[in-house]
Amino acid sequence: MNSKLSAISRHGWIAWGAAAVAFLAAAPALAQQFTGPEYGEFALFGLDRRGAIWIAAQLHLLFAAFVLGVPMFAVVIEAIGMFGGDQRYDKLAKEFTRLLLVAYSATAIWGAILVFFLSTLYPNFWSYLTGIFAPSMWLYAGLFFFESFTLYLYYYGWDAWKKGIAKKFHWGLGIMLNVWGTAVMFIANGWLTYMMSPPEGVTAETAPPQIELWSAINNATWMPINIHRLLANVVFGGAIVGAYAAYRFLTSKTDDERAHYDWMGYTGNFIAIGALIVLPFAGYWLGREIYEFSQTMGITMMGGFMSWLWIIQAFLIGILFLAGNYYLWVGMGRIPGAERFQPYIKWMLLVLVLGVIVWATPNTMIASRDEIAAMGGTHHPFLGVLGVMSAKNTAVNLMILTTFLSFLMYRRANREPVVAWARAATMLQGLAFAVCALVVLAYGIWGYFVEAIVRIGFSVYQVLAVLVTILFVTALDVLMLRGARSRGTIRWGHMPPRSQYALLVLAVTFTWLMGLMGFARSGIRQHWHVYEVIRDTSEQAFTPALGPAATMISICVALFFGLVGMIFWLGGLSEKSADQPSGATAAGTG
Amino acid sequence: MNLRRQPIVQAAVVLVAAYVLFEYVIGYGLPLVGVSSAPVPQTVILQYMAIVIVGVLVYFSADEARWKSFMQPVRDTLTLPDRRVPRGLLMVAIPVMAGWMTYQNVRLSFGAPATLRSIHPAPPGEITFRGEPITLTGLENPLRSSGSMEEHIALGRSIYTVNCVPCHGDRMDGEGHFAPAFNPVPADFTSGGVLPQLTESFVFWRIVKGGPGLPTEGTPWDSAMPAWENILEQHEIWATIIYLYEQTGFSPRTWHEAEGEAH
Repeated sequence: MNSKLSAISRHGWIAWGAAAVAFLAAAPALAQQFTGPEYGEFALFGLDRRGAIWIAAQLHLLFAAFVLGVPMFAVVIEAIGMFGGDQRYDKLAKEFTRLLLVAYSATAIWGAILVFFLSTLYPNFWSYLTGIFAPSMWLYAGLFFFESFTLYLYYYGWDAWKKGIAKKFHWGLGIMLNVWGTAVMFIANGWLTYMMSPPEGVTAETAPPQIELWSAINNATWMPINIHRLLANVVFGGAIVGAYAAYRFLTSKTDDERAHYDWMGYTGNFIAIGALIVLPFAGYWLGREIYEFSQTMGITMMGGFMSWLWIIQAFLIGILFLAGNYYLWVGMGRIPGAERFQPYIKWMLLVLVLGVIVWATPNTMIASRDEIAAMGGTHHPFLGVLGVMSAKNTAVNLMILTTFLSFLMYRRANREPVVAWARAATMLQGLAFAVCALVVLAYGIWGYFVEAIVRIGFSVYQVLAVLVTILFVTALDVLMLRGARSRGTIRWGHMPPRSQYALLVLAVTFTWLMGLMGFARSGIRQHWHVYEVIRDTSEQAFTPALGPAATMISICVALFFGLVGMIFWLGGLSEKSADQPSGATAAGTG
Repeated sequence: MNLRRQPIVQAAVVLVAAYVLFEYVIGYGLPLVGVSSAPVPQTVILQYMAIVIVGVLVYFSADEARWKSFMQPVRDTLTLPDRRVPRGLLMVAIPVMAGWMTYQNVRLSFGAPATLRSIHPAPPGEITFRGEPITLTGLENPLRSSGSMEEHIALGRSIYTVNCVPCHGDRMDGEGHFAPAFNPVPADFTSGGVLPQLTESFVFWRIVKGGPGLPTEGTPWDSAMPAWENILEQHEIWATIIYLYEQTGFSPRTWHEAEGEAH
């Protein structure tokens, strides 16, 4: 079966990917000759043309995030194994690269479907895009080939190049895989950000050949999206790894397997939550660039009809924080010595719950006529103070700080520092936490008494205070725990199943968030294909309300996890096949 | 057995306390001690309670021993022979409660349904004033760099008094004598959530185009604000905006810090 799978990977899936790439490369020439109707018709499975392209684009993006995020994870894990000498990490990195083969094909298939839909359902708009971006599409196709073959070399060369300089070469392949993947993403981001923020001077009358390619790619929101997606892919990669580990943990038959997947889940969660902490910076930059580009777009996104998505986002990120911390707290049950931190958990949880409550308090409340009359408007006279950015920034920074404290306790649980200055250093760490919390609170309260432009600047100081504290406390902790005495070995695998469901919740929530916030980013164009340049003249030239949009995104998330579940299953299947003689395989897989 | 130490009792106490806080203390208790407040909308209470329930479950299930202790009464009630009566009562009470909640949600009512209203409509990049195009993006109040500020304020005061007081009130708090007839009520300019959040160009657009000029997305707006371009001149509107900020003590929102400091 393993060889069959490999054959599928080598032939069937490559063929799909190659077809997509070949079409993409040839499409500009085809599309520019098109003189047919403005929109094509689609009416299958109850979907219209927009529904079809929505699902294709969303699933392509989710798989693309998978195949960009997981290699980042794999190459870092391989480096830890290579330089640290722990073979477990090497095995983990390889396990994930095997999943990539199938995921990569799924990305190519959905990419092909997206291109076919674009060219058949939106032929004139597709013609317009290819008229501007044709050379970048050819480059994209070339990079796609480089990426594919680097991936195959990376995976199939794993065992052949496992020692000495050959291992370093292999690791270099992993880095190149990430470089090609990132370049491919940057190019595609150029196309979609052009639709959001076309360069100044481009109007409906500007013919595509008159638009300079680089100015179209290097538009106002291109680099913020690049950085935001790059970081988000690391988060997503970690979350997917965590979900895979949870799935394998729950289906494990032996203690060894459970121990391995328990450890893998912890590693995935660590990377996901670690990268999540810096993600708001990139999101903030993107939001600011959107405002700078168009006040209308900015207000539509943050204060207008898209604003409720931010409350939904607050809920979902609240779930991420609660689930991430929960996983750590449950995990402390398998670490000797962790019981001394138990009394603090309820207070940390209280900060998190209050933080989510503040963050999810809407500025404009959904209320009945009587409730609005009692409040004197849609702002609540008392809770209204929690609906503004000062309160929300303060809440999220304290939540980040609390999550870091959970990590710190988890890390220190079974270790006892032996250095003489350990007590003083611990007190210094406590002081750093206290000062940071005070700084965050002080700027939060001060923000109510200054004008908006100054208040926006305060959020930077709050985040900086948190990041400096994290770096300082971590550095001190690393020094303090050198040569630390062990209180006992972590009992990997001794985790209740509910902890694994927390990992699954994390992955699903991340995916949902990507869909919802992607809708916000894309939806603020409203009735434009290219904002204020190419108008959407189809019968779907309206922005869907939150309910239908959320339903559509949920369908995409369900489809994605259905397909990812199949990839996970295939991963386990091929591993089982590799471990057993062929006769046993046939019997085992029925 | 000490009931206070029973996790499930502790959980129930936390949930009841949270509900009392959100529903009664914030809604009715705070006004008794002179703090401005109002009953919290049911949608918000639902949100808050969902978060608290998740928090409670997280706490009790984060530790194996605590979780076992939390679940023990549930398990006992469902399995022990001597718990037949409470088990039977629960089997009746839970479906009845679910039915009652469903009934409450679907029963006919004469009240308007709860609505989600966008409070900040997105302004267009450009508008027309009686046919003359005006670019809103980056637009500053022209009166701030010309003429006498005292005269602008005096003009704004007279315009406001004649045209705006009936709805927005003489204290600018949205409680003019026509206000109770409107839903939604007129904007309260003394709130920190209105004027300081807006650029002067945004306020200008809202006054010029009023309710009829609100964007099509996010409808229905239900605004009774007239389009004042049909009644007032441009400089009169700008003067009124200066008067609004001067009277409330707020500064308008700006895009660049240097400009922010200049105001």
